[in-house]
This record gives sequence, C-alpha cells and structure tokens, in this order.
Amino acid sequence: MADKHAAYICTGCELGTRLDAAALVKTATKDGKIALVREHAFLCSADGVAMIKNDIDNEAVTHVAICACSRRAKTEAFNFPTVAMSRGNLREGVIWIRPDTDEARETTQEMAEDYVRMACAEVKAMKVPEGNQNTGTSKTLLVVGGGMSGMTAAVEASKAGYKVVLVEKTGALGGMAAKLWKRIPNREPFKAPMDNGVADLVAQIDADANIKVYLNAVVAKTAGAPGRFKADIAVESGAVSTEDVGAIIQASGFTPYDVNKLSHLGGGQANVVDQLGLEALAKAANGGPIKRADGKEVKSVVFVQCAGQRDTSGEHLSYCSGHCCATSVKQAMYFKDANPDVDTVVLYTDLRMPGNNEDFYRAAQNKGVIFSKGVVSGVSTSGDGCKVQFKDLILNEDTSADADLVVLATGMVPTTGPDLDALSEANRVAEGSDEKAAVAKEQVIQMMSTSVLNLDYRQGPDMPQFKHGFNDSHFICFPYETRRTAIYAAGPTRRPMDIAQATEDATGAAMKAIQAMENAGLGKAAHPRAGDLSFPTARLEGCTQCKRCTVECPFGAIDEDEKRFPLFNESRCRRCGTCMGACPVRVISFENYSVNTVGAQIKAVDIPDEFSEKPRVLILACENDAYPALDMAGMNRNEYDPFMRVIPVRCLGSVNTIWITDALNSGFDGVMLMGCKHGDQYQCHFVKGSELGRYRMSKVYDTLKGMNLETERLMDLEVAITDVDTLPKKINEYAAKIQEMGMSPFKGL
Amino acid sequence: MTSVVATNQTILVVGGGIAGMTAALEAAETGKQVVLVEKNPYLGGRTVQLYRYFPKMCHPSCGLEINLRRLKANPRIQVLTMAEVTGITGDKGNYSVTVKLAPRYVNESCTACGECNKAATSEVADAFNYNLGKVKAAYLPANMAYPQRYVIDGSVVGTAEGEAIKAACKYGAVDLDMKEEVVTLNAGAIVWATGWQPYDAAKITPYRYGEFKNVITNVEFERLADPHGPTGGKIVRPSDGKEAKNVAFIQCAGSRDENHLRHCSRFCCMASLKQTRYVQEAYGDEGKSTVYYIDIRAIDRFEDFYQEVKANPNVSFVKSKVARISEDTNGDPRLWGVNTEGYVRYSEPHDLVVLAVGMEPSVKNVAIPAEVMGDSSGFVMADPSNAGIFGAGCATNALDVNRAVQSATAAALRAIQVVNQVARAEA
Repeated sequence: MADKHAAYICTGCELGTRLDAAALVKTATKDGKIALVREHAFLCSADGVAMIKNDIDNEAVTHVAICACSRRAKTEAFNFPTVAMSRGNLREGVIWIRPDTDEARETTQEMAEDYVRMACAEVKAMKVPEGNQNTGTSKTLLVVGGGMSGMTAAVEASKAGYKVVLVEKTGALGGMAAKLWKRIPNREPFKAPMDNGVADLVAQIDADANIKVYLNAVVAKTAGAPGRFKADIAVESGAVSTEDVGAIIQASGFTPYDVNKLSHLGGGQANVVDQLGLEALAKAANGGPIKRADGKEVKSVVFVQCAGQRDTSGEHLSYCSGHCCATSVKQAMYFKDANPDVDTVVLYTDLRMPGNNEDFYRAAQNKGVIFSKGVVSGVSTSGDGCKVQFKDLILNEDTSADADLVVLATGMVPTTGPDLDALSEANRVAEGSDEKAAVAKEQVIQMMSTSVLNLDYRQGPDMPQFKHGFNDSHFICFPYETRRTAIYAAGPTRRPMDIAQATEDATGAAMKAIQAMENAGLGKAAHPRAGDLSFPTARLEGCTQCKRCTVECPFGAIDEDEKRFPLFNESRCRRCGTCMGACPVRVISFENYSVNTVGAQIKAVDIPDEFSEKPRVLILACENDAYPALDMAGMNRNEYDPFMRVIPVRCLGSVNTIWITDALNSGFDGVMLMGCKHGDQYQCHFVKGSELGRYRMSKVYDTLKGMNLETERLMDLEVAITDVDTLPKKINEYAAKIQEMGMSPFKGL
Repeated sequence: MTSVVATNQTILVVGGGIAGMTAALEAAETGKQVVLVEKNPYLGGRTVQLYRYFPKMCHPSCGLEINLRRLKANPRIQVLTMAEVTGITGDKGNYSVTVKLAPRYVNESCTACGECNKAATSEVADAFNYNLGKVKAAYLPANMAYPQRYVIDGSVVGTAEGEAIKAACKYGAVDLDMKEEVVTLNAGAIVWATGWQPYDAAKITPYRYGEFKNVITNVEFERLADPHGPTGGKIVRPSDGKEAKNVAFIQCAGSRDENHLRHCSRFCCMASLKQTRYVQEAYGDEGKSTVYYIDIRAIDRFEDFYQEVKANPNVSFVKSKVARISEDTNGDPRLWGVNTEGYVRYSEPHDLVVLAVGMEPSVKNVAIPAEVMGDSSGFVMADPSNAGIFGAGCATNALDVNRAVQSATAAALRAIQVVNQVARAEA
C-alpha cells in the first residue's frame, strides 16, 4: 500500500486566534508537501477524531501529522495504532510559552510554522512498526537458586500456569532458610518464632508437575534472548542438559560475612558464633536448652548487633542487612523459651525492627530479653566463656559483660557472580603477554568460576552489579528493572532482606519474568517502553565493525556474529536507541525513530538569514523528563525564547552526533541537550543512556573547534522533570548567550 | 453514563496510587484486562504529593510520567477516577463489584485549556496540598494530574459562578448536571491497594498539633519544600511566614506507641533524614535540623544516606522521645524531654517542628466491603480466606515506595493466578 500523508491543524484552545491557521495549512501543504491537510476547530472532539478515522479508513491515509497540543495530551483521542503519527506541539510548545502580544505574534507564528514543518517531515520519515519476527515462544521460567526466594518464585509462577526449571547448586532445596531452627514471624500475633516453612514449600515443589528440579547443578551457559534462552544445566555427575526457557530469575542468595574477619569482636574464638552458627546450635537443641560446641549449656548470651556491618572504617560492610535485629530477637527467644533464667543481652546502636516486628520486639522485652544501647569494643576469652567490652551509650560509660556465648550479628554478602567492571578491566589487562597479563588471566578464570548465569553475552556473564555488589536496580519506582532483559533478581542477591520480604520479592520477580516471556513472544518491548513494537535494524553493508553499538548498549542486547558484525537480539532490546546514537556511520534505525526522523525535522526548520536577528536553537530533549518539564512549563504559562525548536528524543543516549553537526552546519546558532542525571544517583530510565550520550557529546566539542565555532554553541543541560520553572529561565539565559555570541557564520551556506 | 467493560477474567485494582498503578500496569502489560478505580480525581496517590524520594533525592513525578505513559499506551486498562468501591459480592473468579462515581462536572471533552479556571471566582481548600492553600473552584489538581482534565467543585453548582464557568468552556466539557453514578462490574480477582493515611497528629495531645501553628506533619512539610506547593517551595513557618531555619523532627510521632500505632511505620526515619536535606537546600549552613529519635531505622543500603546526613554538621541527633511541646511568645515551639544518652533534660526552642507521623491504612480491613483478614492495625493480611482479594502496597503494611511497588508487583501475579485459572476452566 502506498504511503498517504495527512496533516491536521487544530484551531481550538486559542490556537486559531493566536496563530494564522490558514498560513499553517499552507505551510503543511507547501513546505511539508502533505497531500491532505485539514483544519478543525476542535480536533480532539468526537467529530475531529471521526474525521481523521474516516481519512484513515476511506482515504487510505497511512501517515498522520497532528498539529495541535503536546504528544502528552489527549492521547485517548489521538489514538490511531494502525498509522504512523507525529504530533506538532503548537499549544504547550508554542502559544502557551509565548506572550499574547502584537510584538510576539510574528515570532510565535514562525515557531508554529516550524513545528508544522517538523511534524510533517517527521511523519514522512516514519513507518508503522511491524514487530519483531524473531520472537521466541518459550513460556518456561528458569529459576537459579533453590532457597526461599527461588522456591517461592517457582511455586508462584507455576500457580499462574507456567512451567519452571529450578536449579539448585547443593543437594537439597531450602537454602539458608533450611538452616534456621525457626523464622521471624510474618503474621500476627508476632510474639514467637515460627516454623521456617521450608518443608512445606519443598513438598509443594515435589508435588508440582510444572516444576522440574535440578539438584547439585549449576547453569553452565545461558545463550539466546528472552523467549528463546538456551540454558545448559550441568549436574555434578557430569551430565549437561539444555533447557529452552523464556525468562530467568536469579535467586542466588547470600553468604554470611566471614566471621573470622571480625577478630576484634572475637570472631574465630570457640565461644563466639555468628547467627547461622547459633541456628545450628538451636537445631541441635531441638527446643531444649541450647548448648555450646563444647557441650556446656548456655546460661548467658550476648548478641552483638551490626557486627562488621554499618562499618564506617571501610574494612567491613557499610550497609545494614535489615533482618539481623529481628533475627537476634528471635534467637534470644530461643534461649528464653527453653529456659527463662538464661541471661540474654542484645547490644545495639539502633534497633531496626520495622512494621509489626515492633510487636516481636515488645514480646522479647516481656520475655526478659535485655536490650542495651552500646558499642562493643572487644570480645575476649574469660574463664570458660567470653568477656564483652562495650561502651554503654545510655550511661555513657565503658563497661563489660560476661557471657557463656557471644553471637555476632553479621551481614549478608550477595552471591551475584563477578563484578563486570572488574572483569572487563582484568580482561583488558589479560590481553598482554607479560607477567601481569598472566596474573590477570588467572584472575579472569577465577572470576568466571563464580558466575551464576554464565551468560553468553558479549557484555559479560552476569547481571551488572550496583552498589555494594547487589543486583538491585537503583530505581525507586521500578525496583525490578535490571540491565538484562527478562532476567530478574530476587531475594538477598538483590538487596539484604529477611524471609518475609524475600518471598514477596520473589513473587514480584516471577510476575516480571512471566510478563517478559509473554511480551517477548509477541515481539514487544519490556519496560519502560512496554509494548513498543519497534526494534533496531542495521544496514550491515555500511557497518564498519567499530563495535560501539555492542559496547554501549546498556542492556547487553547486541552480540557479534561470526563475521564480527553486530548481532541484534531484538527481544533483549529496550528500544532506547543508544546503539543508534552510538553508530558513527548511522546504519542503525528504528522504523518510527531514526537518524532520519529527527534529521528530517532539523532540516525542516526554516533558518532565517544572518541579518534577520532571529537565531535558531535546537533543543534535543529527553522525552521522559525534559520534554514533560517543558510541557508543564507551557501549562503554567512560563514563557521562553521563541527561537527554540524542541525535538523529543527517546533518551540522550539515542542522540547521534550527526544531528548536532548537521544542525550547526545548516545554520542553527546553538544546540541544547536536555537529559537526565547520570552517575550513581542516575535518573535515566535506560540506566546508562544519558551518561553515554553525554560522553559522546563531549567529543563533539572538538568537531566544533574544527568548524571554527564557539564550543558554547553546544550546551548540555541536566534536567529533572520538576524543572518546570527553572528550565525556561535556563533556556532564556542560553538564548541571551547566543545573542551575545552573534549569529552562526554557517547560515545560508 | 459511564460504561465499563469487564468480565470474570478482569482484574479490578482498587486504588490508583503507586501500588495500584503498578499492579494495574504489570497485569495489563501481561495481557490482562484491568479496571483501575481511584477515589481522587487523579492518579498517583500520596507519592505525587512528595517533593523528593529518599535516598536518591529524585522526584516522584519522574516515575509517574513513565507510569502514565505506560497507561496511555495500554488499551487494556480502564481508569475510573473519583470512584469508590461500595460493595463486593460473589467469590474468587467471579466477583460483582459496585462502584460509586462522584461527579467531576467535567466530561472527556475537556482539553485542559484552563478557561474554566479563569472564569471561576471562589476558592476551595487545596486537597493536593493537604489544605495548606486554596485553589479556584475549577481546578486541575496538579501539573501531572491524569486524567488531564479539570475538576469543578460541587459548591459552585447551581450558582451564577457555576454558569459562568460553564459558559467559559467552548468545548461543552462542563456538565453541571452530572450526578453521582453507581456502576456494577464483574471481576475475577481484586487487588486492594487503597494505601495509607498519615496518623492523625492531633491525637498525640502533648504535641499540640492543630493548636500550635508551627507544629506540622511530615507530609505537610513535603508540600512546603515543593516549588509547586503552597509556599512556592519556601520553607517558612505557618504562623508568621518566618523562614524556618531551625527545624526539629520528632520521630515515632504516633508510631511504636501502644496508645497510637503499635507498629513502626518504617518510612519516617528516612523521610526525616531526607527532609533535613530540604532545610539544608533552602538555607545552606544556616539551616539547622535536629532529629529526636528512638532508633534510626535506615535499613539496608539506606544506611549510606544516614551516614551522609550524620556527617553533616548542620544536622544533630538527640535520642529521645519528646515528652511535650510548649509555645514561646514569639511563636517558637519548645521541645521538652530527656536525652537518654547521658540522661540530660532539655528544653529547646525551634522555628518549626515536623512530626514524623506514621502510616495507618486509609481503608482498614474491616471497612472493606468484603471479608478480608487484617492485622491489629487494620492492614490487609495475606490469608487464603481472602479468596480472590489481594492486598498491595501500604494497604498491607507500612512500606516505603520501593517496597510498595514490590508488593504490588507480587499482588498482580496473585490476581493473574486467579484469572488464568478462570480462563483455563472456561477454555
């Protein structure tokens, strides 16, 4: 079917009185070269929408440019999924940010005409995405780790009707939870430790035909993409089975921080155990009086909280593991429940028992557990027990306590596989042939042996880690979003957590994994562009094999084929466009977002000659934060300079430097980039996109120098969605700076 | 009349805050049909009334924008605002639910052009800003309000002002004849995500909230810090507009207290630590904060944030449950109590006191029109007897945003388990 383009000019919301609509129609027809141009007084009304629908159905219109309000407004009305659509933002982007004065009328009209030209140019360069044909159809979930988190994920996914492959590296399911005598209560009355729940879950799994369990097994290799992963599962016996799976949950858990590193707290001494050590003693006691390893019944016990945690010296863990206060309370109850006469003292700085655990804390106080706010300075052997030296923070004095047994509440160390940054550094060094390289090679081998997923991805064998080595995302609103599509972390590998939270977490992870499999099967993107059917394609005949796309993709979506060309795994792709921005030869594009859809808009802008005193500044604004901020500036009628021309981009990472050099070459006087915060506290929805975009832009300054242009003609601005009032000010400041610098010498060339 | 398309494979999500939106979106993006019911005229709940999030100091509207875009792009979710569930009958796999819709007096023809707002003359309390300010009787609740549609306060219906507002709308969007409606819909499973409300600080009588103007709550403080709040982002005290440069934060205001909320509300320590940053941001080294606390519960990696705040010389910590507050003649609230570290009595004046009030469920389990198990605070407890009704977010526990989202994601799966079972049975 031949493309047929239509443009619609709305004159509602004062667009008709503030702007010369007839001129806009002419602009769309003449400059936009659009065959069918219509004007409507209320385009988003049922009548206006019916008009557009009629053109699509009966006039064979395939491409629609809506020149009305912002793309963020009236989305229910302007919803035509079968055609390509662009939105010329005449309302929030033009009349609402300009004063309604006679002097402003001319420049406001010029702004509107440019946005009409841009909307026409953009839509003509767009295609309706047809969806990825290379879909996988596996609806089986792979769960790595058979502890509480992994078992829960498996059971919950099965309940929703999905098959599960559960891989556990030890000989039994249960993980750390199975080592607990009892667990912290997760329901009222929150007064006593309760059964650890492992046996029940194991029984459910054993009875569930949907769940296939591999014990004594590891994932030796994971290849493929969402919906079509192939996981090689190696069993201790040597057998390797390949399972077709659609999504993966990594529930690889944690190990307790090595107590031997805490010699200053008595770590390593005979009568000093960690919390897991105490669980073993409690299990052995089986509800009776707890005995030490030497067989002596414990009559006094001191719990040392935050042992090697919340450490400010840099030697131990700096974070808090969250569960350990409640765990010590639970363990103190083990003693009190067996024998109320046992002295149980908990030494803490902040007792952290959120939610209903407060009741559990009260119950312990009622059972006679003593809580003292104090900082332990040392644990030594004394008689056949221990002496705990501490500073009592309430009495403000140094004191000590004798105990038969000391329990150190150590923290959780996540099992996440190698740190990819360290691995890539080691890999780099290992390329040499000297002694250093040999050491690095050894290090690479060692790190690889700790891999959990052994992903056959160019970007490394596991999920990238975040702070403190956890697999968590740094998003607050989107905690599950990792940088490996359809692979989700659950439980303490993600963040320190207790069983109650881990089971909730695992259920949520199962939700995300199921969703990822379903969408992969339909060729649709995962978060945050969920449902997006566009995907990147590359004209490989133009590719120079520079590898930038494979290196920069924040989601590890691109491998290399045997000829060293980029190999796109569409269902791993999150559609941010970072690859497109990275490509120096511009061979990567999406059907509806490409070097051309943006480039055509840049070219469509009318550039007045250098004597007009009408500069033009291109703004490339992240559609997630900066563009909404500009929109809301309009809603609040915060005015800004009329010489700005804004183009929303999927992410700063998708900005190709050609747009900037083309704009400046064609006579734009300045370019502003607006993207999200990057770094540790990133706000970029594609995690690394804005950082990579900025890095790339820093190289453009050299190009500018080569063009004999002031580097100030390119401005990089970090924008948050709330900069509704400050952003217009910054734009105006930049406009003033451009005026000061004078017009670009490239006009009219 | 509002029409709702729903079957016994539809998932009903009650509450359109971040938990409800998350549950609805996760289910819809998995291919399920969802009806999302929200009692406010806009989605986003209490999170959008926050200025910044801890620990990243980023803005809730950033995530809301993504969630709204997901919603706009998803044809499977139907949103009902100004709506409340009044009745639930039936059972897991086949519920019949009645929903009461309050009149907005504005229909979907609204373009959010704002002409009605210009025509309005009277003012009503600004609920979005916890009634700290006023808005015109025709208003858009917030910049990010979705549906992006004005609301007309019922007080102008039948008045000349109402007619003027109606006349100002060129698009026939103002409909003053709109009446309360009741719709009945079918659902296979229900996610109950009605969130939380701040504990009524007036009940903590020694703190004299409501009586001393310069004693406010943590949620109100969020609005003061927000540039789009009632003070334009200026941290000033309500009594006289004086810059509040010496701010006290009282932790566990109502929480961890058997006379009030017996549970720990979890988020309030981090919220106050974050709010000390607002004071610092506003006044630099002149902005002093004092946190009166029992235990600082900065769990997991939030500890980093606590350490950063602790290292700030402008923030001090006093381990104490404040006994009472009095008011000096200049309007300064004065805090009385004992610092338990060393047992020192204090009597300290501050410019402003922020009560870190805790969370209680906004709809206690007993108020849900169905048999739902709850704990002693009224939070929804997971229990097989709840059948196809699943709690999510702060309806289930005192949670921070991150954990509320996790909880909602889990609840979405539980609901999907039910409707998938229905689908299999009917296949």
